[in-house]
Amino acid sequence: MTDLSTFSTSREALLRRREEPVGHDPHAPREAVPGSGHGASGPASKRVIVGYGFWIFLLSDIVMFSCFFAAYAVLQGATAGGPSARDIVDLPRVGVETGALLLSSFTCGLSFAATNVRNKLWTQAFLAITALLGLIFVGLELQEFIELAMAGATPQRSAFLTAFYTLVGCHGLHVSVGGLWLATMMAQLQVKGFRPEIVHRLICFNLFWHALDIVWVGVFSIVYLMGATA
Amino acid sequence: MSHLEHDPHYTGALDHREDHAPGDAPQESAGHWVRNYLLGLAFATALTIASFWAATTNMIWAPAVPVAIVVFAVAQMGVHLVFFLHITTGPDNTNNVLALAFGILVVFLIFAGSIWIMDHLNANMMPMDQMMQMQR
Repeated sequence: MTDLSTFSTSREALLRRREEPVGHDPHAPREAVPGSGHGASGPASKRVIVGYGFWIFLLSDIVMFSCFFAAYAVLQGATAGGPSARDIVDLPRVGVETGALLLSSFTCGLSFAATNVRNKLWTQAFLAITALLGLIFVGLELQEFIELAMAGATPQRSAFLTAFYTLVGCHGLHVSVGGLWLATMMAQLQVKGFRPEIVHRLICFNLFWHALDIVWVGVFSIVYLMGATA
Repeated sequence: MSHLEHDPHYTGALDHREDHAPGDAPQESAGHWVRNYLLGLAFATALTIASFWAATTNMIWAPAVPVAIVVFAVAQMGVHLVFFLHITTGPDNTNNVLALAFGILVVFLIFAGSIWIMDHLNANMMPMDQMMQMQR
């Protein structure tokens, strides 16, 4: 046990630092805290390293999305006489999709709050709600794609539609795979409990799910809202 | 809880195999987190409603609508980063912020660069009928 008084910070602040992978504490002490990887405090804790590594992956994933966004922006006008963005956007559905994903991001965060106090019941409950909202999102997107395809607006129709399906579909695929991961985590948590590696995975899943919502903000703004007003 | 206590690996909230700072004690109230997420949800909802409103209203001068949508989108991404991903300017966050800054730079180069270059290519492209002439 280290004498905490040498770190001129509250015990709660120390705890918070440990709990937050991509951690934050605006009032954090300037002195190096053990396990933080700063100064002469020794290497960062595994929790911090895992969170940081996954953060790097997420940023690379966002860079990949930016390529699809760029392709979409460039090909937006290349409709080859087919439907334009204005013709295929259904704003009420996009509104519901956005609400479902935002709420799921929120409940995912609540599940992490429950994880931090090691409450299995609430962690599982909020993860289940997150899964349900994610399912609503993917279902609505599939419905949209099917309706568009039925009306002849398939990816082969024009360069614009190819870019549209690639960008929106890639995000939808991320949400679907994230849902599989979520189900896996629920099973692992149920069987193994709050072991450190399970908590680390839950941290990474949280970061992934929040990052998907950030990408969706770009999608609904650039593809749908701008498409509807163009 | 009783179920957990039967788990041979479960040794209380803080496992001895878990890396943590010396003197670190197990639990923290969830209130700090819930408050954070509630704030994030409130800001994000307000910004989402604002951007949908901007896209459907007639009150904004039409050419300004895309600008408004971009501004709301960037603001909302910031809200997500701060309240959901907990990226801050704190001294413990330098690495995260540096990585984020580099990510934003690459995203900007790809996105703005593609639009810029392809726009110029389009403008300098030979008209299609002349192109057909050349191919004969």
